[in-house]
Amino acid sequence: MLRYIGRRLLIAIPTLFLVVTAAFFMMRAAPGSPFDLDRKLSPAIERNIRERYGMNKPLPQQYLDYVGGVLKGDLGPSLKYQDKTVLEILKENYPVSLKLGLSAIVIAALVGVSLGVIAALRQNRTADHAVMTLAILGVCIPTFVTAPLLVLALASKLGWLPTAGWNNGALPNLVLPVTVLALPQIAIISRLTRAGMIEVLRSNYVRTARAKGLPEGRIVVKHALRAALLPLVSYLGPACAGLLTGSLVVERIFNLPGLGKFFVISALQRDYTVVMGMVILYAGLILTLNLLADLLYAVLDPRVRLG
Amino acid sequence: MMGSVLAPGSRRGVEAMEGAAVRGRSLWDDARRRLFRHRAAVAGMAALSLLVLAAVIGPMLIPFSYDQINKADTWVGPLQHGHLLGADALGRDLLARLLIGLRVSLAIGLVATLVSLLIGVAWGAVAGYAGGRLDEAMMRMVDVLYSLPFIFFVILLMVAFGSNILLIFVAIGAVEWLTMSRIVRGQTLALKQKEFVEAARAAGLGRGAIIARHIVPNLLGPVVVYVTLTIPAVILAESFLSFLGLGVQPPMASLGTLIAGGAQDMELAPWLLVFPSLTMVVTLMSFNFIGDGLRDAIDPKDR
Repeated sequence: MLRYIGRRLLIAIPTLFLVVTAAFFMMRAAPGSPFDLDRKLSPAIERNIRERYGMNKPLPQQYLDYVGGVLKGDLGPSLKYQDKTVLEILKENYPVSLKLGLSAIVIAALVGVSLGVIAALRQNRTADHAVMTLAILGVCIPTFVTAPLLVLALASKLGWLPTAGWNNGALPNLVLPVTVLALPQIAIISRLTRAGMIEVLRSNYVRTARAKGLPEGRIVVKHALRAALLPLVSYLGPACAGLLTGSLVVERIFNLPGLGKFFVISALQRDYTVVMGMVILYAGLILTLNLLADLLYAVLDPRVRLG
Repeated sequence: MMGSVLAPGSRRGVEAMEGAAVRGRSLWDDARRRLFRHRAAVAGMAALSLLVLAAVIGPMLIPFSYDQINKADTWVGPLQHGHLLGADALGRDLLARLLIGLRVSLAIGLVATLVSLLIGVAWGAVAGYAGGRLDEAMMRMVDVLYSLPFIFFVILLMVAFGSNILLIFVAIGAVEWLTMSRIVRGQTLALKQKEFVEAARAAGLGRGAIIARHIVPNLLGPVVVYVTLTIPAVILAESFLSFLGLGVQPPMASLGTLIAGGAQDMELAPWLLVFPSLTMVVTLMSFNFIGDGLRDAIDPKDR
């Protein structure tokens, strides 16, 4: 196990390095610079600013400096938000995105798995058809459609929930954004669970469990579910990462102070260091989550040998 | 031609039988029959045909153009002033904009999927057929790309080089080919063990010719299924970009820009949100239904 983790990390680190390199040079290849303002700076001032951020050096040198800084845990200063380092911006805003994403994935997993199990146990009956219709709708209705519609109905017309805003993550402010984020995930998770359960319920060892007289609830929870959830595990890793990117839209609609906002704005303003910081954060997350998913897979399924 | 796709070598047999009283049933005939028995898929095909028809000839049939500003018709509701679905803040006819938006979204879906199809099939087929080190290197690259926050790279591209439609096509297509290449590689690995490939090799055909003439045509089944699922994913990705203001630029419209605009004005003019959203949902559902139906029809495993 440890050797496997070690080998995976050995692959993950060069991958992360590649990501950093690609993002760095892509960003720099783009026309425009962070110091393009509406009013043109005098050449002397611009030269001074460039010097201050080390941007007067040749590009390869800047790249080496940047990578050197990252290795020491220094992501550099923001080029646009003065007096703030990239690390500070991440620390201030990431918790919002994290809270949203985590709440959504936990709710989606609980609701999705329950619905999937119900559908599988009632295969081809009303409950099954209802769940599957819901699943199709959930996949086909994008978040930027559900979000405004829910706001229109529950917030503007009925006034039950606030239309937007964060309010330090108070529960009423969380309900709508988390629901919107969770819906498509519920749809996919319930479909995966249903497919897995149907297959497992037909298998020999479930028949054996029935034959030895175990109560149905126990068979479902202890025997079938564990195997049926395997495909879900490999889906959840990338899905968590997807939720973090999906929150871009949700954060914008609900005007939440998460990281998503910064990505688009910073990219537009050529705030190189902030964009790079976010790319590193997200790539690191995806790599970690994928590794966790694979490990969990091995824990759940004794047939899987890591090597 | 159909016969050669799933059952290599049977082409001549099918052609020979064509004139005879009893016609043979190829695997594709079976698949088609199964597809047409799949009610949701048939509904999806019907809806999609209507949508495509509307997108292609619809804009010519209505008296407004998508960028025509009518001051007198600002915020006019559905069925008023001759606007079937109402008009927006500038008095532009929503139906005209919706049809153009649908056309743009469908076109992006098709072209970007085509891009992903070309890259994905070529990459997967070559890797799978070559095997060994080349295969490993190529698939490792796919693994690496998989672990990138790719939507961010698309956003970077759009921000950096401006949002022209062509770039949107290419950027999204370049993101979506990864899964395709994995599917194709898996199929190729199985195919290259088959007798007909061995026969082609024995007949002295080169690698390139074997891949192009014998492997790729036989991949059609799973690839077609995946394509019908990629198109809605691409349409969704484009509208995601448009929603963030990085996609299609005004006065042009796509379903994404229309929904984004509608969401801003939804309290004043809910029709601007409702009709584009409905169109989007129906479009995505049609593709998904067709994809599900095709999978049931072609993939013998899930039968």
